[in-house]
Amino acid sequence: MIAAVDVKTLVIDGINVSARADQTVLEVARENNINIPTLCHLDGLTDVGACRLCLVETKGSPKLNPACVLKVEEGMEITTTSDRLKHYRQTILEMLFSERNHVCAVCVANGHCELQSMAQDQGLTHVRLPYMNPKLVVDASHERFVSDPNRCILCQRCVRVCAEVEGAHVWDIMGRGIGSLLIADLHQPWGESSCTRCGKCVQVCPTGALTDKSKLGSDHPKYPEFLPNLEAMREGR
Amino acid sequence: MTSEELLQIAESVNAEHEKFDYEVNVCMGTGCMSQHSAKLREALTKEAAASGKRCHVRQTGCMGLCAAGPLVLVEPTETLYGSVHESDAPELILSLGEPPVERLRAHLEDYFHGQQHIVLENSGHIDPEKIDEYIGRDGYAALVKALTEMTPQAVIEQISKSGLRGRGGGGYPTGLKWGTVAKAFGAQKYVICNGDEGDPGAFMDRSVLESDPQRVIEGMAIAAYAVGASKGYVYVRAEYPLAVNRLTVSLREARRRGMLGNNICGTQFAFDIEIRLGAGAFVCGEETALIASIEGLRGQPRPRPPYPAVSGLWGAPTLINNVETFANIAPILRKGAEWYAGIGTEKSKGTKVFALTGKITNTGLVEIPMGMTLREMIFGIGGGVPDGRKFKAVQTGGPSGGCIPEEHLDLAVSYEALISVGSMMGSGGMIVMDDTSCMVNVARFFMEFCMTESCGKCIPCRVGTAQMFDLLTKICDGKASYADLDLLIDLCDVVKNTSLCGLGMTAPNPVLSTLRYFKHEYIEHIENKRCPAGVCACGSGVATEVEVTA
Amino acid sequence: MPAYPMPALPSDDKRWKIVNGTMRRHGYTRSALIETLHTVQSSFGFLDDDAIRFVSKSLHVPLSQAYGVVTFYNHFSLKPAGKHTCTICTGTACYIKGADKLLATATKMLKIKSGETTPDGNISLMTARCVGACGRAPVILEDGELVGLVETATMVDQLERWALHD
Repeated sequence: MIAAVDVKTLVIDGINVSARADQTVLEVARENNINIPTLCHLDGLTDVGACRLCLVETKGSPKLNPACVLKVEEGMEITTTSDRLKHYRQTILEMLFSERNHVCAVCVANGHCELQSMAQDQGLTHVRLPYMNPKLVVDASHERFVSDPNRCILCQRCVRVCAEVEGAHVWDIMGRGIGSLLIADLHQPWGESSCTRCGKCVQVCPTGALTDKSKLGSDHPKYPEFLPNLEAMREGR
Repeated sequence: MTSEELLQIAESVNAEHEKFDYEVNVCMGTGCMSQHSAKLREALTKEAAASGKRCHVRQTGCMGLCAAGPLVLVEPTETLYGSVHESDAPELILSLGEPPVERLRAHLEDYFHGQQHIVLENSGHIDPEKIDEYIGRDGYAALVKALTEMTPQAVIEQISKSGLRGRGGGGYPTGLKWGTVAKAFGAQKYVICNGDEGDPGAFMDRSVLESDPQRVIEGMAIAAYAVGASKGYVYVRAEYPLAVNRLTVSLREARRRGMLGNNICGTQFAFDIEIRLGAGAFVCGEETALIASIEGLRGQPRPRPPYPAVSGLWGAPTLINNVETFANIAPILRKGAEWYAGIGTEKSKGTKVFALTGKITNTGLVEIPMGMTLREMIFGIGGGVPDGRKFKAVQTGGPSGGCIPEEHLDLAVSYEALISVGSMMGSGGMIVMDDTSCMVNVARFFMEFCMTESCGKCIPCRVGTAQMFDLLTKICDGKASYADLDLLIDLCDVVKNTSLCGLGMTAPNPVLSTLRYFKHEYIEHIENKRCPAGVCACGSGVATEVEVTA
Repeated sequence: MPAYPMPALPSDDKRWKIVNGTMRRHGYTRSALIETLHTVQSSFGFLDDDAIRFVSKSLHVPLSQAYGVVTFYNHFSLKPAGKHTCTICTGTACYIKGADKLLATATKMLKIKSGETTPDGNISLMTARCVGACGRAPVILEDGELVGLVETATMVDQLERWALHD
């Protein structure tokens, strides 16, 4: 039996759209080919609302809300692009570039990096903030993969895919604030951790932080599209 | 427990007190204990026994004026002594019934004049570890009244009518919050007391928990009855060992007297409280982070909505109020909402406890009715700035607040008024600065705090605070240009509007408020490479020492 | 009853029984993690990998998650503290009254940064985010005991006494 689903109508960027009551603004926007930029969101993983790129304006509210966790409401009026939002998105991207060491020309993910393409999409031409360049050690102890924290943007996609889909929860974040760091198990070398070698974290990593060893120096595309399929398969079971 | 039984306990306690001619109250708060008030109490007890006088030496909680500690209050003459040493004990006991010891007397008429004690009414008068002394001063009368005479709805109505607003800083109407949790669906609901007093320079909650813990427990029990919760948590900072101990003892006492547990006051109502220790993370004062911490996770906030009132601890409807808010509940039910609403300003009712500290003569805790001016507080109660120095600014609201200059000192204290001048109420820290403080350095101090306390989840707060800290350091060091200042102002705007939780959203406030009132100091650092207050090592080639807490 | 066999105590040190007691009192639920870490911290003075491994196995918390929690909170330390600890409060009231100078002096004198221990394991230098004794600012904790209205000279004397005695 199919339960009756409540349907809401709302306006996104001047377009009237309808949505199921349990949908988020991001889902509905994408269904209607309205692009809202995201980095930490990935279909198939729980949303954390951390990257703040999907912030949108809601009419009547002074607060900006992340579209990935904003539930639709009847009569809601959403604006997904404005000069203000564009400026905020650019500045957030600048912050990401400045936090670690993102030099595209020498990165394995060059050309396949979501941070890079996001910067292009958002029209970011230069970074005003000084690079912080913390000294972080590359971990190549794993037989198949490499972790380079200098390219990590702490989006936690790997943490979530490992915990929620693979069920291993090898990854997590240690420390806090600007000192946050991605770790495997007890801050051990990846190769000595309880990693199941499934490679999901590498596929969902938006940048060159987690990469496949065999592809070093060559083209390095990622295929995160498998996640919704995996989810759907499990739901059907 | 019925109200008659409660009255009996109160009478027997008071009869016990009648046996004594004198009561010597020794402050055993954290401040006075650091000045050996425990030894003083021992000496006084010994002397009292030897003297043969009918005299009761009692440990009490904070009397407020930590700077003049250890404090001793002699009843019934209400003589207050300050800076008492254990060697003074014989003289003090000898003076009972005689004229007081003049050289030890603390003359604090200014300090107490103008204060109105509701939250602190028992502080300094009762032994915080004895529930019966609390009952002797009308304690638990409100809980018994609520359980036996009022419906949960009626309790919420009273709280709403009183106009009480959250004392943790935001000022959300307490009655409305309670009503939301009461209406939320869920078989299991929780009540949480937020005692994670993280604002540096604020210690009201510590003092209340140390001096009158039963008041908080009673407030929580009433709240639990009103919203339909059966389980409570008090989240206290591990940095407050004395408060944790007193609370532990008090919970045991409350269970012993049947104020916690099953069938409270012979009704169907069941409620118990557990303590959860904070582990040193300022962000856990944010309610969703606090919930994550109680669940045993990293104290990282999550986006709201859903609000904890609907989906909080383990997904259940959860009421979170701060220590001082709960401490106001019992008096409101006892004396009526109208009485409470009669105190304060139109939109900010009741009293507020502030921790007056910094460059001020009378440092300590003060409780004032809302609507008092900052000038009265600082120059009247606080006794002004010492050492012939000039007042420069008062900082309220902790790292989320701002610095208020002289020109706004006649502002009547309320939630709205403080926001209008670029600061906020916060939990009640009030730090006075004189002309030896550099306002750019102060802004840098708070930014360092926010940077190291940022949880790291969202980008604007994680990276933005670090970038802003670097820019402020550059200004302090006399190495910044106007372009750096513009960048700083731009980052303030971005971080304020895009951060996930209150910590990030308010992190730019100290910069924005000092820029608003003390922009010339920023300019002096940039233009002339000079620190007007002589604090920063501007242009001397020595970098301001960067000290980051691990 | 836990569904999986419980891990053995790491050693016959009696303190592990206290740790186990905390976990039992909370029914070995995952949410007992922080409470248990508090017990380990207060019983052993620090948390090493063995301790985190034991606690996370007992409570079925992933290792990385437990490590993330330990390193998130300031109260937990991964290394043992020195014989003596000098904690300088860096709250706002203390800062206004010159805590930064106290910290600078102590750092220079002990030649260590805050959060570190002298190489001989004698003195640890820590900072606290306000101990709530602002009325007595500036405040330091000498081996946990609160001292108010601290002057640089008195702090230096205390540090020297500690340094000399062993």
